[in-house]
Amino acid sequence: MDPLHQFQINPLFQIVLGGYDVSFTNSALFMVVAVAAIYALLVMGVANKSMVPGRLQSLAEMFYEFVANLVRDNAGHDARPYFPFVFSIFMFVLIGNMIGMIPYTFTFTSHIIVTFALAATVFVFVTILALMKHGLHFFSFFMPHGAPIALAPILIPIEVISYVMRPVSLSIRLFANMMAGHTMLKVFAGFTVMMISGMGALGFVTGLVPLAINVALTGFEFLVAFLQAYVFSILTCLYIRDALELH
Amino acid sequence: MPNLLAKGRLARWSGVAGASLATLTTMAGTVLAAAAEHAPDAAHGGEHASGGLPQLNPANFPTQIFWLALTFGVLYYLMSKKALPRVAEVLEARQERISRDLAKAAQLKEEAEAILAQVEKSLAGARSQAQGVIAEASAEIEANNQARQAQLNADISERLRNAEASIAAAKEQALANIRAESTGIVRDITGRLAGVDVDPAQADAAVAAVLEERRG
Repeated sequence: MDPLHQFQINPLFQIVLGGYDVSFTNSALFMVVAVAAIYALLVMGVANKSMVPGRLQSLAEMFYEFVANLVRDNAGHDARPYFPFVFSIFMFVLIGNMIGMIPYTFTFTSHIIVTFALAATVFVFVTILALMKHGLHFFSFFMPHGAPIALAPILIPIEVISYVMRPVSLSIRLFANMMAGHTMLKVFAGFTVMMISGMGALGFVTGLVPLAINVALTGFEFLVAFLQAYVFSILTCLYIRDALELH
Repeated sequence: MPNLLAKGRLARWSGVAGASLATLTTMAGTVLAAAAEHAPDAAHGGEHASGGLPQLNPANFPTQIFWLALTFGVLYYLMSKKALPRVAEVLEARQERISRDLAKAAQLKEEAEAILAQVEKSLAGARSQAQGVIAEASAEIEANNQARQAQLNADISERLRNAEASIAAAKEQALANIRAESTGIVRDITGRLAGVDVDPAQADAAVAAVLEERRG
């Protein structure tokens, strides 16, 4: 009945590497499943190379064009080389979230360390990109144009903090949404079970109320699963744009 | 850029909403877990009886980061080197095919329009030619009709004249007969009534005078 039980990491194979426990866990299993699913969808989808796409090919092309438009609209035309990176991020988060909607699976995007590592990857990526593109001029990013010099002691720390906080907000947003949704589903499912075991025959009737709420929440969760993947990738695009254009 | 602003606001909104939902549900979850733990017949407990978030257990961090790096790295490699180029190839091939077909369609349309113009031109030529033929034919018919009409009219007046002549001749003949008969009758009457035998020439002259008087 513990609604947090679903977030428990269970090792499937014990692996120790350089003194660290890097066991293959249920979380790792579903990361592998997600990658395999994404690869299979795209490669099998366009295997026929039909001029008139079938279902699977339409889906693969739809994902491709959706992310391509996302990158073009939000990161600009210069961001074309980084399309595979944004695509990988979007698909990894989206499929990770969606796999989590299947009962008895594990939602790896509901773990802060996973989302933080992903967000940190984005952060490091855009920072290196900006440094490579603009060199030391990159640091002018922290002093907004046209602001009086006198305000620099206040503005620069604020800008630096907001910049450094990017991976934190990016990762917490995704993690919190996924964890919240899944916990809610479990909590309401738990209510139904508690009512049935506690109230007997009456519990089968009253238990329908949290069950109905759970049905609505499940629909809502699918929306959140997509929306969070979208938000994660759109913010990645905006950070790439910042890195390319500075202001 | 209102669009970007809207998206930024959306992101912020969902972040705030998510964080607050997370807080709420974590609290609810903790309460439930605590309730389950304190239940007298708690069948489970042991491994996760602490009620803490499994996400915050640092013991899991190395394996999570390790497998994330591995799987995401593989995903990025597969996407950038294998999957995305194939999808791009298919999309480009289709785009190329579509633009080629469009160009071909435009060319065919142009050709069709040229043919249409040609057809219309020849149609107009044929129409004017036909009108010429019709005008010619109707003029010919008209002339023919008039000639026939004239001939017919001449014919009719000729016959009319002939008929009139023959009627006049017949009339003259009839009148002459009437005169001869009248002369006979006059001599006969005078002979019987007066006993005078009138000279035929005298009787004829008298009848002729009366006839002449009547004819006026």
